[in-house]
Amino acid sequence: MLQAIAFYLFAALVLLSAVFTILARNPVHSVLWLILAFFNAAGLMVIIGAEFIAMLLVIVYVGAVAVLFLFVVMMLDIDFAELRASFMKNFPLGIAIAAVLLAELVLGIGVWQSGGLQLGVASGEAAPLLGRSNIESIGALLYGRYLFLFESAGLILLVAMVGAIVLTHREGRAVRGHQNIGKQIARRPGDATVNVRPEIGQGVKL
Amino acid sequence: MIGVEHYVVVSSILFVLGVLGIFLNRKNIIVILMAIELILLAVNLNLVAFSAFLGDLTGQIFAMFVLTVAAGEAAIGLAILVIYFRGRGTIAVDDVNRMKG
Repeated sequence: MLQAIAFYLFAALVLLSAVFTILARNPVHSVLWLILAFFNAAGLMVIIGAEFIAMLLVIVYVGAVAVLFLFVVMMLDIDFAELRASFMKNFPLGIAIAAVLLAELVLGIGVWQSGGLQLGVASGEAAPLLGRSNIESIGALLYGRYLFLFESAGLILLVAMVGAIVLTHREGRAVRGHQNIGKQIARRPGDATVNVRPEIGQGVKL
Repeated sequence: MIGVEHYVVVSSILFVLGVLGIFLNRKNIIVILMAIELILLAVNLNLVAFSAFLGDLTGQIFAMFVLTVAAGEAAIGLAILVIYFRGRGTIAVDDVNRMKG
């Protein structure tokens, strides 16, 4: 009973915040609604016993991705009113496509529920370890059977990091614009200065 | 009692909302990226629900990899957005044709 109440609460909130994410006028509000959606999706995952993925969702999405979105939205000076001009123009097409997609999904779920479609069954090779927590079971699987996939996930993150840095890095040309380091080093004291001892009252000839 | 079909229904609606978000905000690439995150969240929810109800952890492992790819995609997408904004002063992407060759 309590599980059902929690499920309906989290499900309603995740759908509501998804609606506000795509409808909000201000993208900052969109990001905040997105964070709420992620929190509630994490709640949905917790009540079926997938704590590790739920915590990962909060840490990765809320802690990193959503903050990245917030930084970009706030750093760039964007005229959002202009971007919203075509909102109503796209509305009928968007609703039509969404309705078609939803109808297809409802058909698929209906066929599955009525028994016309057989889903695969679990082989039991990746079953949760008896008497162990969710995290221990996932760890045993991740560092055993899926070790190479795990390593390649790390590689994907490395490539993404290098790519993001290379794309946004700017050469600091403005700082060294006038400095010619070779010329500076080749210059000797003898070329630049002379030692003179003028007579009193004669002045110095340049 | 809550079964896997409840989760499938919720993640279907979430997926459709994400697709709708892409179509409604066709000019605003930031909201498009957020809609893609919503779609990936729906997929993750589905994977985790089936994994939990079938008693097989492969779905949760796969959800972790989806999460990894989503984080990388958001970082690269926002980096491209930043350099696009530097070059043009706007992020209206409904008529992007500068990348052709």
